[in-house]
Amino acid sequence: MKKVPLLRGKTICNVFFENSTRTRTTFELAAQRLSADVITLNVSTSSASKGETLLDTLRNLEAMAADMFVVRHGDSGAAHFIAEHVCPQVAIINGGDGRHAHPTQGMLDMLTIRRHKGSFENLSVAIVGDILHSRVARSNMLALKTLGCPDIRVIAPKTLLPIGIEQYGVKVYTDMTAGLKDVDVVIMLRLQRERMAGGLLPSEGEFYRLFGLTPRAWPAPSRTPS
Amino acid sequence: MKLSILGARVIDPASGLDHITHLHLEAGKVIAIGAAPAGFSASETIDAKGLVAAPGLVDLNVALREPGYSRKGNIISETRAAAAGGVTSLCCPPHTKPVLDTSAVTELILDRAREAGNCKVFPIGALSKGLEGEQLAELIALRDAGCVAFGNGLESFRSTRTLCRALEYAATFDLTVIFHSQDHDLAEGGLAHEGAVASFLGLPGIPETAETVALARDLLLVEQSGVRAHFSQLTSARGVALIAQAQARGLPVTADVALYQLILTDEALIDFSSLYHVQPPLRTRADREGLRAAVKSGVVSAISSHHQPHERDAKLAPFGATEPGISSVELLLPLAMTLVEEGLLDLPTLLARLSTGPAEALRLPAGKLAVGAPADLVLFDPASSTIAGEHWLSKGENCPFIGHSLPATVRYTIVDGRITYQA
Repeated sequence: MKKVPLLRGKTICNVFFENSTRTRTTFELAAQRLSADVITLNVSTSSASKGETLLDTLRNLEAMAADMFVVRHGDSGAAHFIAEHVCPQVAIINGGDGRHAHPTQGMLDMLTIRRHKGSFENLSVAIVGDILHSRVARSNMLALKTLGCPDIRVIAPKTLLPIGIEQYGVKVYTDMTAGLKDVDVVIMLRLQRERMAGGLLPSEGEFYRLFGLTPRAWPAPSRTPS
Repeated sequence: MKLSILGARVIDPASGLDHITHLHLEAGKVIAIGAAPAGFSASETIDAKGLVAAPGLVDLNVALREPGYSRKGNIISETRAAAAGGVTSLCCPPHTKPVLDTSAVTELILDRAREAGNCKVFPIGALSKGLEGEQLAELIALRDAGCVAFGNGLESFRSTRTLCRALEYAATFDLTVIFHSQDHDLAEGGLAHEGAVASFLGLPGIPETAETVALARDLLLVEQSGVRAHFSQLTSARGVALIAQAQARGLPVTADVALYQLILTDEALIDFSSLYHVQPPLRTRADREGLRAAVKSGVVSAISSHHQPHERDAKLAPFGATEPGISSVELLLPLAMTLVEEGLLDLPTLLARLSTGPAEALRLPAGKLAVGAPADLVLFDPASSTIAGEHWLSKGENCPFIGHSLPATVRYTIVDGRITYQA
């Protein structure tokens, strides 16, 4: 059975201040399958451009007696701010805030890993690419740590690594061959084109040559299918 | 008015005076310390037993927000707040609207401040027109209107060559230039100290080098131009080390820090509270210790509030969308007394950093408690305490210390022999 009545009578607002396709549709689908009423607002294209503040928008939505907001926002800490300022009976789910966190994507990634690998206790997991700008990487590092993964690696040039990344309990590699040696799972992060303009990388081509997931960087025999 | 203050512990850091005695004030001056002069009969007497009498505090950076930002504060509200913090003289930065780059704006501020009568106000003029860093402001016209020093805030000059010429021009007329050294490029888009906390929170960082790179350059330009220079709002241990090196080389530069930088670190940001959003940013514990050591040794000779009041809405948004700054001038004395309470400074040294030090840095006629000097003083009870925010005078309530119990209570603030604050 695809649909269960767990959230029947509840109203969920997906409030997206930043464009999203996957996160928005999966949240919509999840709400519908749990029998909640769901509406989705793309605020980036409506009130924000008319000079309405974030709080104004929230007060309006609150007045519609929503039970839950799923929020995506470009500023780190936005979900935190909203949770502090809406009335306490409204639940807030962070659908991604700035570079800070993307907890549901993190949970999804963990579920995928568990489906393929069973448990986390003996895993080596590598995260490759633009860690600096990635909320998904931050949530994944925290989730892996929490689930007891003993060997979390990040692989990136220094320009794409945040300062103090050691605080997540990860090992830092700047070379793919060394970083991917004997790993069980590789998470490849998306690279945004605008990173070239800021001088963080010389070109897509060079990035792919050094940090692309190629058979040379991760030879097939070391992959352990399950 | 003839005023006698009886039995206070009188501390004047400039002369080293520190004992229990009487002060007699007349016609805006201190006319005697100790016994009253022959024929003097006070029209008012303050029994100051148990209180400390010190030179009124001198704050080198208090944003008054007038003209242009009345929703954040105005000259009356912010000078009243300053008086409550024990301040008798303050400097206001040029970030008004219009910018403080003409004698008209200078005169407007001075007129309003005189009318308010809470504090002596010494404006800091813009070094460049509109703070745009391209063309020099009319520095001599501004000086003649009452500006005591010139600065460009955190706004940088478009070119190092233009900055260099501005310094040479200022040096020609022995004007003081105030630097807020922060490299514009390195700091651009940053919201917090580039370190573990900012990384964890996903906030774009402002590296320590944003300060030190600019500071090193500015010190070399100061040395070359021979301009009189003051470095304001230092945030990093390496930054104050550069100042110490320059001073050891014989360069006569002075420096101040924001009081909150001596108390807070970037760890305060962990809940994304916008109250801790300041520019330049709060840095690490090691930086705070470096700043504290420099204040103790005298490399940093002034502690200022760097008061920046805001309206409520300016702080009601996700961290990155809020405006930076803390409103805290009215807590200057009690908040600074935490440094004595924690054993970092003895009381006369703290008072020196809050009065003599800043006054000397900008050559202000203030910061002394001596016969013949203006009767600008603060009387406070070191044994009492202040609940921050119990009364609040500033229009800006953006203060993370509200609700804290702080040591000491300001009882009287006196400007030119006139009581401007009493509690």
